[in-house]
Amino acid sequence: MSRDASKLGFYLLLAPLLLWLVLLIILPHIGLFVVSVSEKVGVREYEIGLGNYAAFFTEPLYWRTFARTAIMSILATGLTLILGFPIAYYIAKLTKGRTKTTLFLMCMIPFWVSELVRTYGWMILLRESGVFSSFLQYVGLASGPVEMLYNDAAIMVGLVYTSILFMVVPLVTTLDSLDDSLIEAGYDLGGSSFSILREIVIPHAMPGIVSGCIVVFMLSLGNYLTPILLGGKDSLWFTGMIYTQFITRFNWELGSAFGFLLLALSSVLVFVGLKLSRQSLSGTMGR
Amino acid sequence: MKKTAISSVIIATAFVAQSAHSETLRLLTWGGYAPDEVIAKFEEETGHTVEVTTSNNEEMIAKLRATNGGGFDLAQPSQDRIASAQEEFGIYKPIDMSKVQADLFIPSMLSATAANSTFDGEVYGLPHVWGTSGLVVNTAEAGDIKDYADLCDASVSGKVSYRLKRPTLIGFAYSMGLDPFAAYGDTDAYQGILDQVEAKLTECKPNVKTYWEGGDEIKNLLRSGEVVASMAWDTGGWQLNADNPDITFVAPEAGALGWIDTFVLPARGRADDAAYDWINFVMRPEVAAMITNTAGNFTAAVDGDAGVNADLKARYQGSFDQQAIDNIKWYPPVPAGLETLEGATLDRVNAAN
Repeated sequence: MSRDASKLGFYLLLAPLLLWLVLLIILPHIGLFVVSVSEKVGVREYEIGLGNYAAFFTEPLYWRTFARTAIMSILATGLTLILGFPIAYYIAKLTKGRTKTTLFLMCMIPFWVSELVRTYGWMILLRESGVFSSFLQYVGLASGPVEMLYNDAAIMVGLVYTSILFMVVPLVTTLDSLDDSLIEAGYDLGGSSFSILREIVIPHAMPGIVSGCIVVFMLSLGNYLTPILLGGKDSLWFTGMIYTQFITRFNWELGSAFGFLLLALSSVLVFVGLKLSRQSLSGTMGR
Repeated sequence: MKKTAISSVIIATAFVAQSAHSETLRLLTWGGYAPDEVIAKFEEETGHTVEVTTSNNEEMIAKLRATNGGGFDLAQPSQDRIASAQEEFGIYKPIDMSKVQADLFIPSMLSATAANSTFDGEVYGLPHVWGTSGLVVNTAEAGDIKDYADLCDASVSGKVSYRLKRPTLIGFAYSMGLDPFAAYGDTDAYQGILDQVEAKLTECKPNVKTYWEGGDEIKNLLRSGEVVASMAWDTGGWQLNADNPDITFVAPEAGALGWIDTFVLPARGRADDAAYDWINFVMRPEVAAMITNTAGNFTAAVDGDAGVNADLKARYQGSFDQQAIDNIKWYPPVPAGLETLEGATLDRVNAAN
């Protein structure tokens, strides 16, 4: 009797997760896959085939755009790590109590407004008639208006800004769990700041670094708003391409194939990243 | 207690009585086509309620395609995008002309739209608002820009913006002396035109500051002076003209591109009566004028321009003389499949360095 009850409880607790997985993730992906393997041969006529996937590999524009998106996302992840690590280290190790909470909160405040508003904020700062340009002219560093928007650097700034929180949070958590006495012991044994960082801090923080990097990479790769609004006439982004196929070209078949390829290729990239850093997915995400 | 029970019964009956006649009209339209004052007047007069979703041509079709023509009771795509969308996706239902007060419509526009939106012998569209795309130019700084191809002129380098969409291809083709609309039926000829336009747009790319995406974006760029010449809609130019007299809409020498936004009934719409009520309501001259005053574009309503404010009329006449009106290139229906060719061309222009 009590066994049955606990079993029932187990299934009831499992139900929301299963519903979530099946209804919102597995079923739509099956639908997407079915659409992606149907090729249009005429008006309202479709055939099953892999032509849409072939189009990705044969048309240089498509895979180049993907490669560009992936490389820029990796670069954005690296920059976010370089900027986020000192911030996280400072918050986790060099502050205590109230200051710590305040600093952590200050990292989060920009995320209380939506991504759209934050991106428009950057547009106001960077545009030709914007704040930075006016300031440079005011102090005499520039003779005319300077355009800083509509290029890849602007996209990079936007991506790093929108994702830095997702790097800082896991880093603070892992660095918090590092016992201060280990660092002191390192100094007592004659280690320099750099060797302590390399031998003690980074190895301990590795799971946090890897999970932060995975999240930031995925967020950048799947970002739509920032590259579209801040990017210029040459700045193609793969998600923008998927949108175009679905909405302006009415080509759901190719769009679905692109969606699947984005999922598959980004999974491969994350897998390679895990292998290179000798971490396991359960080791980084399971903490 | 008893009193409240009785009164709630009365209220409930009142609701039932009302809902027998009134419906909720889910309208999928463009910004400005359903002003609040018009909706309020309509709801007061008919008892229907109106829910407005604003969108654009491609998104309207994509939305209706996703639901097989459900979720909305009335939509307003441009007339050239009806027949092919119906052929490909079957998302609309035919118009029942007996429920439409045809005398409210300008006859020539009604028949032209009917001809363009006919598929399998059935008419799917009624004309509503018309307008053009052409050039919006800051005449003080770029007075020499008179045609689409002038946007590639060195004098405006870095201060030009246009969309990377099909109107740009069509406009540039006309400006280069080609006739894309005549080649609509001939895929090879059309591809030939697209290739020439592609070369021109690729060559022109260094001149472009950015490809704009939304109406507000291009207005901001022009207002701040970051862009001095652009390809855009007439209304955008006239709105900017109200703030800055230097900026206005210029009908290009090769001809402005004319569009008509229509009324269509989505295939699985549930409130057809409310939809026909709305059509017959907004085509009344005084209501049509209210819409023109907010949207900035004129309508297909008979005498609809009588109540339009004088400033807007003056701007319209400033941009269009009789010859420019005669020279407007009206979009014929887009044959199914043409967008794939254009899409590939636009992708290549976007990727070119």
